[in-house]
Order: sequence, then C-alpha cells, then structure tokens
Amino acid sequence: MQKYRCTVCGYIYDPEKGDPDNGVKPGTTFENIPDTWVCPECGVPKDMFEKI
Amino acid sequence: MKPVKLAENIYWVGVVDWDIRSFHGHTYTTKRGSTYNAYLIIDEKITLIDTVLRPFAGEMIEKIREIVPPERIDYIVANHVETDHSGALQDILKLCPQAKIFCSEKCKEGLFKHYYGNWNFNVVKTGDKLSLGKRTLSFIEAPMIHWPDSMFTYILEDQILMPNDAFGQHYASSERFDDEANEWELMDEAAKYYANILWPLAGVIQKKIEEIQKTNLPIKIIAPSHGIIWRKDPAKIVKAYTSWSKNETKPQAVIVYETMWGATRKMARIIAEGIADAGIGVKLFDVAESDRTEVMKALFEAKGYLFGSSTHDNDMLPGLASFLEFFKGLKPKNRLAGVFGSYGWAGGASKEIEGVIKEAGVDLVAPSLDVKYVPDEKELEACFNWGKDFANKIK
Repeated sequence: MQKYRCTVCGYIYDPEKGDPDNGVKPGTTFENIPDTWVCPECGVPKDMFEKI
Repeated sequence: MKPVKLAENIYWVGVVDWDIRSFHGHTYTTKRGSTYNAYLIIDEKITLIDTVLRPFAGEMIEKIREIVPPERIDYIVANHVETDHSGALQDILKLCPQAKIFCSEKCKEGLFKHYYGNWNFNVVKTGDKLSLGKRTLSFIEAPMIHWPDSMFTYILEDQILMPNDAFGQHYASSERFDDEANEWELMDEAAKYYANILWPLAGVIQKKIEEIQKTNLPIKIIAPSHGIIWRKDPAKIVKAYTSWSKNETKPQAVIVYETMWGATRKMARIIAEGIADAGIGVKLFDVAESDRTEVMKALFEAKGYLFGSSTHDNDMLPGLASFLEFFKGLKPKNRLAGVFGSYGWAGGASKEIEGVIKEAGVDLVAPSLDVKYVPDEKELEACFNWGKDFANKIK
C-alpha cells in the first residue's frame, strides 16, 4: 500500500498500520484519511505530505 | 530595565540578555545577545504571556511586581515549550499556583515532559477565545513554527499579535520597538534568525501567513518572544518572511571551503574572480575561520553555492563535513551548486561533497573541478572560467 512521508518532520504514514491513536484504522489509504487529520509527530496538515 | 508599555494595561515584562553568545546549545552564535519577551495584561483576569529563561526569573518577577503583585496572576499563556520561554514558569507558579495555563495540546505534553508539574493546564485550539474582562485573546495553533507545540496569541481589541519565536530576533537592545531600533542591525538579526532556524520550515510558514492574511486579521503590533517589537511597521517583517518562505534569492554566489596547505584556497580565490568578472557578487568563507551561523545567513540570501575541500582520508575535511551536516538540515530549495578542490592522489572529497549536496536536495550544475596539488597557470585559468560559467548559470 502507498506510504506517505511528512516533508516537515519525516514521519512515515504506513496505511497498513494506520494511526489508531488518532482515529485512523489500519488499512486506511492516505487519500481516505479525513482532511482534518494532522501529522501525529509534528502537527502539520495533510498537504505537507508526499508520496514515497 | 523597567516594564515597558505596549498599550494601555499591556506591558513588556521580559529581560535583556546582553551576555549570551551561544543559543540552542552551541548551534547558533548570538553576537548581539538576545532578549526573552514576556508580556503582562492587566484586566479582570491578570494574564502573563510566556516567561523567560530560568536564570532571569527573578528579574521578570520584580518587573511584574512593579505593576501588580505576581501572586494575583490568574492566567498564563504558554505559546511554546522551549526553556527560553517556559523556564521561569516553575518559579512564577510558586507565587500563583492556582493560575490557569493556556496552551496547545502538544505544549501541555511537552511542558510535563520538561518540568513534571501537574499544573492547571487548559488546552486551547485555533479559533478558541478567552475573555480577560475588557480584552479577549484568540489563539492560533502554529505547529512547526518552529516546534510542534508552537502557538500564536492575538489580542482582539488592541490588534496585537504575539507569535512567540516567529518574526523574532536574537538582539539585545535598550530599545524595545522598531521605530527606535537600529534598522540595519534589526533586519540583519531577523534574517540570521530565519536563515538558521526557520529555513527548513518554508512551506509551513508560507501557509500560516496566507491563512492569517485570508482572515484579514488587522495587525497593529507584532510582539515576538525575542528582540524588537514591530509597532511602527509590522508589515515590513511579514513581507520579509513572505519573500523568504517563497525561497526568493539574490543572484549572488557564496563559496565555502576548507584547505590543508592552501591550494584549495588558491582555487577558491580565482574561482571567485571568475564569478565577479561575470558581474555576480560573491562571498568567500574559509570554514576554519568563519562563524557557521553567519555563513548560513550569507547562503540564505544567495542563489549559487560552491563548496571546496582538500581530500583527506578519501573524504572532505571534517570542518566542512560538520558545516554541510548543519546545512543539509536547513533543506535549501531553489539553489544551484558546484564542487571543487585540490587532491594529492586518489581524491574523494569532491565525490563525498556532491553526495551530501544531492541529499540536501540542491542541484549540481557543473562537473566538479579537481586539481592535483598546486594549480599551474592553465589550471588557474580553468578555475577562473569555471567560476565565470557558474556565475552565468545564476543570472
């Protein structure tokens, strides 16, 4: 599944893991994460992420 | 120094640190010292915005006491976790332990992981408002300007923005405001601060400026957590940050090198002459003699970079390696680079430097210029022309 990286702090979003602490279930693609979600490490919005 | 009025019932109660010469450990040289700006609002709820570096807690508390007994502080806003602003929280809270602390979620977590105090935290988010009585505070979360916990506070009635580190400068002065300050020193320190600390955060900064401008927030005064307060022309520093965060540069070159026996320096000087001959301004820095923080400021303004080193143990010299390690982290965008140096046998420095430049995301626009031992006339001519070609790429 397509991973994404935060261009500000380097955090990697792995769809297989999701971000359950912040309400994103494992298996959720990056595109399907709500736009209100922010990087769990540094807090910047989705639009600061890039495909890797 | 006494408290300084910003507006009716709003005071600067910070401190001037004349002596500090290293910041963030030893990563930033503060040649002109610094200040830690804390602000006090007298209203139905007496409110303190940020504090100071811990050794100065007593001075801040005495300044507050000139206006109001610190025991009467009701609210404290913590815009940032970092200890140059939160350090004196521990001390002021001994006097007003019941005070409510307003901060972002990450700031609350960060403050706990610094001081382990079970304080009266009240987490706020962008758009939240806090009435102090006659005045209202509005909060704007600003993650990664420059830490995850960072936040701006805005006083609605007076149109004062308190963006903590954003728009600040490490600049000790007896003057507090931009209309009083030495304009040249002020902008020099503002640029140095941006170049060394905020450079990698261009995307986030650009977005935050656009976000605030979209709301048409009227801003009369920008009161940062370090240095001069912008009350005459806050638009000036916002304009500068807008340009800087768009990675705008001047068509200039900076050469940074390290040399063992002088051959690489000789090359650097002739390359510089070639650049100047093409009409492009150039600065030269021997890494061993230079202040890294100042060199980063020079790099920040310029479009073109040339890095040179003698080869040592198949690699670049360690001074330049350390320099480039810091440089890489600043994530420079929209710049061009080239590499040069003198070697003795197998070489290796240029290849290693090129590797780091590529990692830094900077485009290499010429093959490296390598000379064995000391350049002869022909090789010096090649240096001159290489410099000239590089200059033409910057124009």
